[in-house]
Amino acid sequence: MDKVNSEDRSQKTEVRKISYLLSLIFLLLSVFCLLPSAFAGELSLQGFFQTDYSLRFSDNNPPQAKKGNLLWGEERVELKGSFYPPKSKIGAFIKSDFYHDWVETEFKADLREGYLDFTGDKFALRMGRQIITWGVGDLLFINDVFPKDWQAFYSGRPLEYLKIGVDSLKVEVYSDLVSIEAVAIPFFEPDALPSPGRFHSFDPYPAVTNRATGKPGSTFHNTEYALRLYRYIGDFDVSVYAYKGFFRTPGMKADNFNSPSTISYFYPKLVVYGMSAQKSALGGVVSAEYGYYDSRDDREGSNPGIDNSQSKFLIGYQKAFPGDFTLGLQYYGELMYEYRQYEDNLPSAFGKRQQLHQYLALRLTKLLKYQTLKLSLFSLYSPDAEDFLLMPEVSYNFTDNLQAMLGVNIFGGSNPNTALGQHKKDDNVQVTVRYSF
Amino acid sequence: MKVIKVLLIIGLIAAAFLKLGPVLAAENNFTAEKIIAKSRLAFYYTGKDMKAKVFMELINKGGRKRIRDLVMLRKNEQKGGNQKYFMYFYKPADVRGITFMVYKYPDRDDDRWLFIPAINLVKRIAANDKYSSFVGSDFTYEDISGRKPTEDTHTLLRQEKLNGKESFVIESIPKKTSVYTKRISWIDKKTYLPLKEEFYDKQNELYRVFEALVIKDIDGFPTVTGRVMRNVKTGHRTEVTLRAVQYNLGIEDNLFSERYLRRPPLKWIR
Repeated sequence: MDKVNSEDRSQKTEVRKISYLLSLIFLLLSVFCLLPSAFAGELSLQGFFQTDYSLRFSDNNPPQAKKGNLLWGEERVELKGSFYPPKSKIGAFIKSDFYHDWVETEFKADLREGYLDFTGDKFALRMGRQIITWGVGDLLFINDVFPKDWQAFYSGRPLEYLKIGVDSLKVEVYSDLVSIEAVAIPFFEPDALPSPGRFHSFDPYPAVTNRATGKPGSTFHNTEYALRLYRYIGDFDVSVYAYKGFFRTPGMKADNFNSPSTISYFYPKLVVYGMSAQKSALGGVVSAEYGYYDSRDDREGSNPGIDNSQSKFLIGYQKAFPGDFTLGLQYYGELMYEYRQYEDNLPSAFGKRQQLHQYLALRLTKLLKYQTLKLSLFSLYSPDAEDFLLMPEVSYNFTDNLQAMLGVNIFGGSNPNTALGQHKKDDNVQVTVRYSF
Repeated sequence: MKVIKVLLIIGLIAAAFLKLGPVLAAENNFTAEKIIAKSRLAFYYTGKDMKAKVFMELINKGGRKRIRDLVMLRKNEQKGGNQKYFMYFYKPADVRGITFMVYKYPDRDDDRWLFIPAINLVKRIAANDKYSSFVGSDFTYEDISGRKPTEDTHTLLRQEKLNGKESFVIESIPKKTSVYTKRISWIDKKTYLPLKEEFYDKQNELYRVFEALVIKDIDGFPTVTGRVMRNVKTGHRTEVTLRAVQYNLGIEDNLFSERYLRRPPLKWIR
């Protein structure tokens, strides 16, 4: 398994290395092309130094844990450079991290974003690695079909690390009637899931060692497309979405789901249609989002290795109170189609899901001492899966540049095979210190 | 007979006073409200639109400074009515590139949007607390964008010179619950700009003092380019300097949109 994983990783690193180089070349080219105007242009360089450690409370470590209780440990520098000369239609941005990872014990470079911008009157083009965030949910994603790093989130790392950049081309068209964002992603990037080297995870077939993971190849046919139409109409922010591509968490193939000897992971085809709306109402902000997940590789719902088609929906409400206190409430649901087929074909090793899977989310935020001290709590609870996640956090700005955060993630659940319940031995505490410049 | 006459006269005078008293007070209130309304237009609605570089220093009791450096664009839909604000933050370093947009409605809660560049997220934020602090300063959202004159009962207390300027001194008492129970304003008779404001808290004690420190004539509009808000109870203060103020630039309405939140308009933010 390790071998397969490392092969997969090296292949991934290779692709990312190539795109890293390409982006650097783009950036340099653009700087040189625009050099004559560079003196008047705006070239900015910024970033931060950061240390970030996350420790599991319990000594009950997963069998493959690489560094015992240490879920995450790093010393990091991020450098951001942007070059947008005045009166030019072209600009460039790059954001790259360099860090030392205490779990993998290695130094790494991570190009977070790197792109070229071309801006016209009624349209814009962005080419390169970019982070895209869509939808109106707070940490509950329906139409945000872009890759996420759940390991970073569950380790309590700063929230920006939940999002992974995609190497893509984005076209934006602006008009009074409706504006458009259209994205083409030629290189598939999966979600980063909690790895066995750091987290406990539910495995229905722990005895099977023969495993492989296959990613969609970077062919023209496999290019992912994401589309968003949006406008502000009658005090509503309204968006309509469409996506054609793949699930970002893998499906499973097995020679026999009841007692398999080999398992392989792959990313099934997915099409999503959705919409969202947001408005000031009821003394706060009300949000609603819907998405239809069309599981193209298992429309009849009989393949237990692939998620069935689903409707996903959420309703959110956010309200501010005197004294810099904010409350956020969300209800989220996933309604599975072809549930009978799902039940009939479900292998005994798998955890059984309810047809309607729900989450309730609560966020409380309180700012104190002229907003230098922030107390916050985010929590998720599923009444049907009977699992939960609690994330209290304290952060303090010692100065404009120096910030420290202390957070705790607490997982719970009555079953070890649910999304949050599988990590219930992974309760962790995190300390992050960041110096921005 | 004489006694009856005297009583009658006293009675008449008393009646006149009883009747006239409220009339005088109403007239005073009317004048005071007109002054406050005029002052609001002079202070918050100058020009059709406005651009300014805003430099804020947040200074605590011990003298430690924090900086907020931003560009602000403002456009009036109609004088005294709806407004749109756009802000781009330069400092501190960890908020650089954040944009913030407000649709201000005098009669109901604002609409507010925040763009967080680190994850390319446009977020609509709850705006129902107008008394919350603006970016951690001593100014509230309401201090930044104004308050409807009809929300308070105004009384002209006196007229006096403040730092050599003839001014109206007006007391404003909120009709509904507010973070302050009383506000005293010194309004310049010539420019109608607020020269000083005192805010009293629920204990009826002075807790915040606003002062206009520098007033400049910009394109014919008297403008407060230097101001301070002091919290006399905590010892914290916020000093604000406006630089490169320009009016009537013809800022397009579509600038106040998601497009420019995500891709700040370079032409305007520099």
